[in-house]
Amino acid sequence: MSPIIVGPLVAAGLSAFLALVIALIDRVVNDYGEVTIDINGGKRSYTVRGGSPLLGTLAAEGLFVPSACGGRGSCGACKVRVLSDVGPHLPTEMPYLNPEEVSQNVRLSCQIKLKKNIDIELPEELFSVKKFSSTVESIRELTYDIKEVLFKLDEPKAIEFVAGQYIQIVVPPYGEIKESVQRAYSMSSRPRDDGHVELLVRLVPGGIATTWVHKYLKVGQKVELVGPFGDFQVHDTPAAMLCVAGGSGMAPFKSMFYEMKENNSFPDKEIWYFFGARTTRDMFYLDELRQLEKDWPRFHFVAALSEPKADEAWQGDTGLITDVLDKYIKEKIGKDKGLEGYLCGSPGMINACINVMTKNGVAERDIYFDKFA
Amino acid sequence: MIPLINPITLFFASIVTSNILLTNFLGMCSFISISKDWKSSFGLGMAVTFVLTITTAVSWLVLKYLLVPLQLEYLSFIVFIIVIAAVVQILEMVIDRASPALYLSLGIFLPLITVNCAILGAILFMQIRNYGFLQSVSFGAGSGLGWWLAILLLAAIRERTEKSPVPAGLKGPGITIITIGFMAMAFIGFSGMIAVQ
Repeated sequence: MSPIIVGPLVAAGLSAFLALVIALIDRVVNDYGEVTIDINGGKRSYTVRGGSPLLGTLAAEGLFVPSACGGRGSCGACKVRVLSDVGPHLPTEMPYLNPEEVSQNVRLSCQIKLKKNIDIELPEELFSVKKFSSTVESIRELTYDIKEVLFKLDEPKAIEFVAGQYIQIVVPPYGEIKESVQRAYSMSSRPRDDGHVELLVRLVPGGIATTWVHKYLKVGQKVELVGPFGDFQVHDTPAAMLCVAGGSGMAPFKSMFYEMKENNSFPDKEIWYFFGARTTRDMFYLDELRQLEKDWPRFHFVAALSEPKADEAWQGDTGLITDVLDKYIKEKIGKDKGLEGYLCGSPGMINACINVMTKNGVAERDIYFDKFA
Repeated sequence: MIPLINPITLFFASIVTSNILLTNFLGMCSFISISKDWKSSFGLGMAVTFVLTITTAVSWLVLKYLLVPLQLEYLSFIVFIIVIAAVVQILEMVIDRASPALYLSLGIFLPLITVNCAILGAILFMQIRNYGFLQSVSFGAGSGLGWWLAILLLAAIRERTEKSPVPAGLKGPGITIITIGFMAMAFIGFSGMIAVQ
């Protein structure tokens, strides 16, 4: 036989043989039998096959711990407190844990392999998290870089959530991206419309999920969603809400406002909504929100442009949203019932707004925001 | 022709006089990056020794009973790499199951070792020097121990230099490279005492 054939054949045969040996050893060595996962002191328990990471095993049982990277140990989101002994923290976990979490034995669930019975603690709201299969019903361009995407839920057919919560899109591999990833987006649809999920997605240059949504996603396409997550929601106090958003940070507020108006929930709450953009090119939903302001006396909408062009016919406020917020708190907003902050936008905007609010006497514990973005 | 060198002599020679790190300069990358810390150096050195001993034995068998009879020695690079990767993978699984404590100190370094050139280097030396089975295993084990010794020495020295008044421009990698140079000179001083060819 020609050496041209024998060489590749031997190399391939040897690789196949070694792969087979690895697979066989994996079956024998990684057989940990049945393992019991006990959650929140007996509230729930699952008996599963051991040998796989905790995150994936829980997901297979229908319990979805939030994870943005899908279990590769690169996002640090899938934290779980472990009460039983699973060995010391791994070097792959340490960068994502602070000293307090380490002392409480908080672990990354994607890094812990199930080898024996385990007791863990999870927030109760994760029990209602589900994986949804959905179909894209419509995609609308709100601005040059923000799209409004409406998903129709196929299975399960309805979602139960609180206005302000977020959901994760499962982005399949595409183009240069070889692995599936998950990214979180606040839902802009109302809980009442439980057969749909609407998201506002701004194109981030180089962003894996946002590029996929903007360049690849088509109407009629099947998409998997995991949620709901998060505790960003309206708090039941008489204090007035100071809501500040920029860009796609509009999403949770849209859900909150329409839900509140329709149910007349929290009737004592005054609502101030500050929406900041650079130019009219970045503004959207203006007419809807101005209409809402007319129809709903306790809702006040303040839109501000930070860099209005001279030739633009702009009726609203101008200046950085933080300056506008400062001016309104000082001059126009009644403080007799107290104030609460609700923020959604870039980390820079959130920090700047917290600064303005605390300077104006809003307690830091009364300022709410989601830490992703 | 199998060279006549005694496996025991070869074992000690590859630890000291023909140290794979300090006379052949193989495996430098992890040598420099991990040696900041004595404990990690210990774990990595142990892992290298472990893998090197086992992979030289397996590679010798593959070379002798597969590549040589089929006259495929020219494939040795690719075949040895495959063998190293598979052996490391199997070791990782077995250690994970057998001893979680050992896995914690050694297992996390195993994937690093797949691409450590000291391993492939030692196996290729084994091939070109025509070692027999016992010679190969003692050469592999000795080279591993030599690598372990070298990284422990360097880690110990680095823990000292960290606290020493090193000129600002030489802090970190600079003084480390100079240290390695001195160590290599010391080890090369032994060369020629035992011919390992």
